[in-house]
Amino acid sequence: MGLRLIYRFTLEAFAIRGWREPSVLYSLNVMGAFDGMNNGRNSTIGKIAGLVAGFIVMLGCFIASVRFGFTTIKWSDLMAVITDYDESSMEQVVVMTTRLPRACMAAAIGASLAMAGAIMQAITRNPLASPSVMGINAGASVGIVAAITVFKVTQMSVLVWISFGGAAVAAAVVYALGSLGRDGLSPLKIIMAGSAMTALFVSMTQGMLVHNENGLQDVMFWLAGSIAGRDIQTLEAVIPYMGVGWLAAVLLSRQLNIIGMGEEAARGLGQRTGLIKLAAGIIVVVLAGGAVSVAGPIGLIGIVIPHIARYICGQDYRWLLPYCALLGAVLLLAADVIARFIILPEEVPVGIMTAAIGAPFFIYIARKELMTR
Amino acid sequence: MKHSVAGTGRRARRFHLKTVRAALLLGAAAILVLIASLAFGEQLIKPAEVWGALLGKGNPDHVLIVQSLRAPRVIVAFLVGASLAVAGAILQSVIRNPLAAPDVVGITGGASVGAVAFITYMPSAVSIHFLPFAAVLGAFGAALLIYFIAWKNGVNPFRLVLVGIGIASLLSAITTFMLVFSPAYSASSSYIWLTGTVYGSTWSYVWNLLPWSIVLLGILYFYTRQLNMQLLGDELAIGLGSRVQRHRFILILISVGLAGSAVSIGGVIGFVGLIAPHAARRMVGPMVSRLIPISALFGGIIVALADLIARTAFLPLDIPVGVFTSGIGAPFFIYLLYRTRNNR
Repeated sequence: MGLRLIYRFTLEAFAIRGWREPSVLYSLNVMGAFDGMNNGRNSTIGKIAGLVAGFIVMLGCFIASVRFGFTTIKWSDLMAVITDYDESSMEQVVVMTTRLPRACMAAAIGASLAMAGAIMQAITRNPLASPSVMGINAGASVGIVAAITVFKVTQMSVLVWISFGGAAVAAAVVYALGSLGRDGLSPLKIIMAGSAMTALFVSMTQGMLVHNENGLQDVMFWLAGSIAGRDIQTLEAVIPYMGVGWLAAVLLSRQLNIIGMGEEAARGLGQRTGLIKLAAGIIVVVLAGGAVSVAGPIGLIGIVIPHIARYICGQDYRWLLPYCALLGAVLLLAADVIARFIILPEEVPVGIMTAAIGAPFFIYIARKELMTR
Repeated sequence: MKHSVAGTGRRARRFHLKTVRAALLLGAAAILVLIASLAFGEQLIKPAEVWGALLGKGNPDHVLIVQSLRAPRVIVAFLVGASLAVAGAILQSVIRNPLAAPDVVGITGGASVGAVAFITYMPSAVSIHFLPFAAVLGAFGAALLIYFIAWKNGVNPFRLVLVGIGIASLLSAITTFMLVFSPAYSASSSYIWLTGTVYGSTWSYVWNLLPWSIVLLGILYFYTRQLNMQLLGDELAIGLGSRVQRHRFILILISVGLAGSAVSIGGVIGFVGLIAPHAARRMVGPMVSRLIPISALFGGIIVALADLIARTAFLPLDIPVGVFTSGIGAPFFIYLLYRTRNNR
């Protein structure tokens, strides 16, 4: 039975489906209309099996993230950390103080950013929407850099809220700018607005840092997007918000499905679209802002993962969001492990890794003309 | 727009009255900014004495300040602004999108990668005067990459913008990578360069930049007709016998050369390439032969003025001019988005 499930899942996952739809934009519009076409992805068992498999992969990446690095941790030490923690063993201390927190952070942040991206793609009905492209990450960064360098704030509990504030301002401005005009949210307009706001935020960040050489080197690594060397308290300050965000996102998935059909259709079905959008916006701000406050602006996960997830499980947000969470965690964990080995003994900030993976993906989607007109 | 019908009747005169008036006005403004830039600073020199100091007469301290500190700086600022503005004007005409600018579509990103790589990895024995070549090379590399990735039976302006944004994010990741792994002193100098500054310009900067501007603007002069064609849209231009794709490529190369050389000297001075052509278009309309010179004047004035304010308003701090132009430019961009809200 188990074997058959795995077999079936692999078949389904690798079934060459191609992007036969005219565009993701289009298919988002008529979400559900293609359900008959992707038979495999439609079966609940297949999807559950996929989630289980995804979880196993994530667990594998998690363990890899804990084990591999500058010093490789032996299995016996790893078990010992769980069973009886010994503070005199160097390996065990490393696991407990740096590796475990770091792996948890990678998983939580990857999941948050991926879910934020998926939600944004639903609301804006734009396959290229994601926290980094639309300037939300940059907005949160400005807030944090200002708080650290100008106002000398260091408590994480305060920084989180500043990060939320920056993210919210950016999201509101970009959304408002993108939806001006008669034909509302045009994809190109919203991306233009996002990249202009990013430019503005980046130059504000630079203005604050340019006469502050001491601060520069510390903040630089953070600004590149990194989860190295943060202690567990950083994550502890944020995780409650993120948890609420995840839960709310999953609860909202049915509404996201409907809003993906288009504003008029959703309104016709009796949805209060303004309210849904507001709620979704708050979720995005909490997820992305929280992620930035821990790890800096890690880019382009929010754009890559939802597309992969959609490829695996179809358009239904009730499934898509959990898939995004799992795959986002997998991507960031894996990128983080790889980042440790590219130029030993230094570490590449993981944000650079994700940009290197994500930018070609962004271009690929843009080239597919998924969004012209 | 009321000037979009060009080439008929009275308006087709070689010396378009409105353009002449705009040029005179801007020329006067440019001279004012120039004098003010030479006069104001940490040490105030009376505007009346500026001319004498420029010719080497009067107080020797003033001669030194004017001749070797302020004059090259304001000229570099002006040239950089003019180059960026023309580069932006070309891009906006070619891409037919009012929001295109060298910084949005990744050309400045490429120049940054080239320059930061040069600052970080080149041994100090190599003269800093090769920095412009590194930056221009980077800009050309990025532009070619963007152009060929966006190619799919010709280059569609939409795709060009999107691919440009994608490449820009990749390039900024590469820049950050180099900054993170470079020693603190070079990180700091790269960072200041990235912010966009004309601080410490000397006459050799002027001589480095001037040939680029003159040659490229000269080539552009012969391409104004083709650039006008680009405005018409692909179908119409092809119908009129223009080899749209080839001309588009050459025009983009000119734009890249201008932007790259400007960035190599002044760093990333954002939004000038966006604002100046717009302001110019409001004054003289979209005809390229009028638009380009007026844009150049506008761009020059914007950067020179911004630099004057940035270095005097917060004395003794010398704020990088790029921070300042972005501060003005981004709200302007928002205003543009608002104004063009009903266009595609």
